[in-house]
Amino acid sequence: MTIATPAGAATETRTPVLQARRLVKTFGRVVGLDGVSLELYPGEVLAVIGDNGAGKSTLIKCLTGAYVPDEGEIFLDGQPVHFKRPQDARAAGIETVYQNLAVSPALDVASNLFLGREVRMKGILGSVFRVVDQKGMRKQAREQLTSLGISTLQDVTVPVENLSGGQRQAVAVARAAAFGSKVVVLDEPTAALGVRESNQVLELVKRLRDQGIPVILISHNMPHVFEVADRIHIQRLGKRAATITPESHSMTDAVAIMTGASQA
Amino acid sequence: MSQHTTEPAPAPGQPASGPPTSALDLAEEFLDRSTPLSRIRNVLHRYPAISPAIVLVIAVIVFGLLNDRFLNPANLSLITQQVAVVGTLAVAQTLVILTAGIDLSVGAAMVLSSMVIAQTSVNQGVPAVLALLLGLIVGLAAGALNGVLVTRLKLPPFIVTLGTLSIFVALTLLYSGGATVRGGEMPELLTWTGSTFDIGGVNFTVGVLLMLLLYVAIALILSKTAWGRHVYAVGDDPEAARLAGISVNRVLMSVYLTAGAILALAAWIQIGRTNAASPNAGAELNLDSITAVVIGGTSLFGGRGTVWGTLLGALIVGVFRNGLSLAGLDVLWQTFAVGVLIIVAVSVDQWIRKVRK
Repeated sequence: MTIATPAGAATETRTPVLQARRLVKTFGRVVGLDGVSLELYPGEVLAVIGDNGAGKSTLIKCLTGAYVPDEGEIFLDGQPVHFKRPQDARAAGIETVYQNLAVSPALDVASNLFLGREVRMKGILGSVFRVVDQKGMRKQAREQLTSLGISTLQDVTVPVENLSGGQRQAVAVARAAAFGSKVVVLDEPTAALGVRESNQVLELVKRLRDQGIPVILISHNMPHVFEVADRIHIQRLGKRAATITPESHSMTDAVAIMTGASQA
Repeated sequence: MSQHTTEPAPAPGQPASGPPTSALDLAEEFLDRSTPLSRIRNVLHRYPAISPAIVLVIAVIVFGLLNDRFLNPANLSLITQQVAVVGTLAVAQTLVILTAGIDLSVGAAMVLSSMVIAQTSVNQGVPAVLALLLGLIVGLAAGALNGVLVTRLKLPPFIVTLGTLSIFVALTLLYSGGATVRGGEMPELLTWTGSTFDIGGVNFTVGVLLMLLLYVAIALILSKTAWGRHVYAVGDDPEAARLAGISVNRVLMSVYLTAGAILALAAWIQIGRTNAASPNAGAELNLDSITAVVIGGTSLFGGRGTVWGTLLGALIVGVFRNGLSLAGLDVLWQTFAVGVLIIVAVSVDQWIRKVRK
């Protein structure tokens, strides 16, 4: 197993934002993860690729609290963390955008951004009558979308179901990035999208990175991965086959490692 | 290596998408390429209370033209009184249906609550305020039972409330012995909801006023509080709501408990309206409350609708029943008309839900 690092020594001296060490997860007699380690450094996009059944999803679910690993450790900012539920991971600053998006179609854009974290009015209206600060939330939502360069979505009062697939994805990503999150995990964000919409989402991923939020991107799509990723973690048969960079390896190399046709 | 850039089947939880937008230019997406019909549909989609409002206005005009007495203040007052009990129950029903549930037991639980209020007061001599409180407790207990069965045993609300419907009907008859308690025997407070006051020549009952206050309160709560948004989110897509950090079971439980409190209020209004508490009253109220909600544009699939639509729905049913009987038609035609209304309302809902950009 080789671990190629992109910027050489510079990367290795930094503390990873999120680090997994020798994670093991078994389902009965099936080994999902067989001692997988992963490092996510500040300000980078780390792609996780692998064939079906290679352990991509299991790895991500362990990192985001959906699964509890049997063995191994997870560190966030160098501190060990133990997530029992997805809410624990979110509370610690790991936001996940799920493949099925998890937006509420009938609610508007602003309500979706703040769903489950509504801001209440100041004073007695908020404390006693629990009235939400709709105006404030809409203003913040607009600012958040603008800062992410999502210019096609300025009307935050539109129900999400009226949006295109790419715009919904943008809403989901904006929500993940909105609340001081340390890490954003995107699970197959372009799987259900057309070409133009995929490009918008990839732009969004780059912008997240430019804002200093590290991103873990799970994808099947090699061109997309090679376009945005700084490093690429390749899963194979429950193990990390290699960590490569778009500069060090070609797409063909990556596929060869993924399928076991060649070693990294 | 598979390329996932084509249009696959839509992800679960998302409505089927319309024409692929991938090939469109950025600006084109916002060009108005809609037909007049689809524009109407968009507006109805955004404001689901518009279609029942139109139906109500047309119905009032038509029945007014058919019979002079229809627009008579006394008749209008009668319609509001006839609507008060169903209208109140329909608020509880709206909350449950917004969570993609249904409550078949709401009317039966209301009758049980009204019998407890009347009998404890008249037979056991419990003070009126305390009797009303007992009625509230019965309502909350009924809501709690439904809520626990839905959230803990994960049973479909339809099945749960079909079961509790029978249970509440049986309990009502066992408890009351089938006997009606007449209003004359009750303390004044219990029939107070039936007393009238005058606004501009139209008589309103206290019950109607209480119903309207309830609508204002629930409408504000649904639109202005986080809880209100969570009710919509849970009905819309429970999985998305859960992933957003909302406790779906807690929201569902609170909805059934609120429905329980509301049905106790309906019990009080019912006692005032009929000036009696009868164990056999209200058999039709379960379905009538659903009718009002559905005609009011709230989707049975959850997450979509308003209580104002429900009020309009209840008024539409009231206006049709009253108008048709003033027009001299057989009572059965009223029932027939309500049936047609339900089917038309659900068809319109289905059509509206197909809305795309």
